[in-house]
Amino acid sequence: MINYQSTLQAVPLNWYILVSLTLFCIGTVGIIYRRNSIVIIMCIELMINSVNLLLAAFSAYNGNADGQIFVFFIMVVAAAEVTVGLALIVVMYRNINSTDISLFNNLKW
Amino acid sequence: MLLALIILLPLAGYLLLTFAGKYLHRISGGIVASMLVAMSFLLSMAAFFITPRHGIFITGPFTWIDTMGFRASFSLQADSLTLVMAVMITGVSALIHFYSIGYMKEDPFITRFFSYMNLFVFFMLLLVMADNYLLLFAGWEGVGLCSYLLIGFWFKNPEYAKAADKAFIMNRIGDLGFLLAIATLYITFGSLSFTDIQSQLQSGIGVNQMTLITLLLFTGAVGKSAQIPLFTWLPDAMAGPTPVSALIHAATMVTAGIYLVIRSKALFILSPFSLHVVAGVGIVTALFAASVALRQFDIKKILAYSTISQLGFIFFAVGLGAFDASLFHLLTHAFFKALLFLCAGSVIHGLNGQQDIRFMGHLKDKIPVTWITMLIGALAISGIPPFSGFFSKDGILAAAGQSGFLLWVLGLAVSLLTSFYMFRLIYLVFYAHYRGKSESWGHIHESPRLMTIPLVILALLSSISGLINVPALMGGRQWLSYYTGLRQVLEVHNHKAEWILMIITLLAVTGMILFARSIFNRKEIAQLSATTLKPMGRLLSRKYYVDEFYQSAITNPLARISVKLYSFVELKIVDGLVEGMGTTVNYLSRIFRFLQSGSVSFYLFFMVAGIILVLVLNLFM
Repeated sequence: MINYQSTLQAVPLNWYILVSLTLFCIGTVGIIYRRNSIVIIMCIELMINSVNLLLAAFSAYNGNADGQIFVFFIMVVAAAEVTVGLALIVVMYRNINSTDISLFNNLKW
Repeated sequence: MLLALIILLPLAGYLLLTFAGKYLHRISGGIVASMLVAMSFLLSMAAFFITPRHGIFITGPFTWIDTMGFRASFSLQADSLTLVMAVMITGVSALIHFYSIGYMKEDPFITRFFSYMNLFVFFMLLLVMADNYLLLFAGWEGVGLCSYLLIGFWFKNPEYAKAADKAFIMNRIGDLGFLLAIATLYITFGSLSFTDIQSQLQSGIGVNQMTLITLLLFTGAVGKSAQIPLFTWLPDAMAGPTPVSALIHAATMVTAGIYLVIRSKALFILSPFSLHVVAGVGIVTALFAASVALRQFDIKKILAYSTISQLGFIFFAVGLGAFDASLFHLLTHAFFKALLFLCAGSVIHGLNGQQDIRFMGHLKDKIPVTWITMLIGALAISGIPPFSGFFSKDGILAAAGQSGFLLWVLGLAVSLLTSFYMFRLIYLVFYAHYRGKSESWGHIHESPRLMTIPLVILALLSSISGLINVPALMGGRQWLSYYTGLRQVLEVHNHKAEWILMIITLLAVTGMILFARSIFNRKEIAQLSATTLKPMGRLLSRKYYVDEFYQSAITNPLARISVKLYSFVELKIVDGLVEGMGTTVNYLSRIFRFLQSGSVSFYLFFMVAGIILVLVLNLFM
């Protein structure tokens, strides 16, 4: 029987935070700079999962299962959100034959 | 309950005729309206008889307005003064309603006419039954509204519509005074109910305060009762149908001002100065209007000026402190002036719309009922015994005689002028020879029964209503004075002198009637052509140029100021401010709208930047 808590705690907490922060920043920058809407949705997922990682790590270090339970809920919500997001992209593709978000700029002054 | 029923019946008539009038046959609408008012009259009589002497009938109180620091209740009360007024109002109204069925038979809008008339009766009863000044004011404004609607009943004629506007606006000037009086009363007494104010009067309110309140109240009365300087609307109000003139502008609404003063008797007595003002305005108006009536040719205008004059005469009595005499004359005046107006209506009806007495004459055989009844009215207003006007005028003249010989002479002058212009009217209309077109002579006809019966009833009332207050001098019991508790406490006085004054008055009035006869009961009547007038006559026939004076001194400057204000304040300042704000917002948005570029990444960038900014601020502040 492996003790998951001690296995997780074998890696210092700072490393988890750094990885999570890196993932989050990659996601943010991706959202701002990428034009393909599918990639943007992937970036959103990346950000969500970086937070999930952080929650799991803190939960393991504190010896409290609440954080990990939380992660499950976030995953469910993320799945739902992706469903909606992909549906939107499908509609978008049907309208302009492209998923390029920069073409979707008619709503302006 | 009884009171509520009395005032709700006319209101029900109004609602019925307004909302279901088009389903009623035209005449039956009038009959329904008249019946409701007649029922209201019977109930008033019932209330009058079952109320004990000096008792008060009260319905309510219901809370009407209750805000922080201000309370007003909605409740009806009927003391002896109210009951007398209510019986008079409903009685005269019922007669005039029946008369109107005949008079307005041909009018296509007869239902609208009766609905307004019923509404008027409702508001008039509300006015006299209110137990506080605010509710009284509600009735006051209501009758003003009905007066406006009925003067402008034939509003397709722009002259008539203007007359209605004039009446409404001049009344607003007086009403402003009344409103201020109500506010002052509330500040002084903390209540508007008559009984509350009455009970606080002992606590020593300053005379100046009283004078202010009573003068403001009197301003309202001046507007409503057409006294100098707010009287010019009443002659123009003759634009309305004749029954309206009889009901609203002779018998009831215009007496509301006098009712208000009598109702506020306790306040007026505390301010001698106000009473002097009331008496002064009254007598000046009485003389002024009576002299104008000498030279008018429109039969209704003569009666209108006569009404103004008589109302002034009543105010004169009020100002002398003779509240009982003024109420008495108010009642008898209501009967004989309503009678005179209805007779005038009957004459106009018989002559198919002719109102100018220059084109009448020798009608006594053609329209005998109208002739007899109008003669009775004229005798009553002139104060010939045994008709009612004799007793009521005598009461006022006796009060004047006690206050000073000069006042008595002024009162006598009003009486003489009154009898002269009334008999000028009688002789020009019913005697001498016919001066209209000869082909129209054959069409002159007596009015139908429906119209003559109210005339006969009113003539009867004008003859005998003097009996309700026969002066003690003639062994009378002064029933009205005691019943209403208004009896003036007279000092011990000289009976002989009073008899002499009365006989002098009577002889002078009779002489005046004979004088009128000698001038107007002839073949050739010099006064009838307007071109040969001497300066004084022209001044009178143009009504002292008061209308012209108001036009050039008030209306025109106001119009000019308004134009100036419009072109400067309205267009430059107000519009400039509003439009300036609009333009500023417009220009700013022209700059800021470029933020909305349509590019999603751009928005997201700003969103992220914003979040980071908030985080940073949170961390460091």
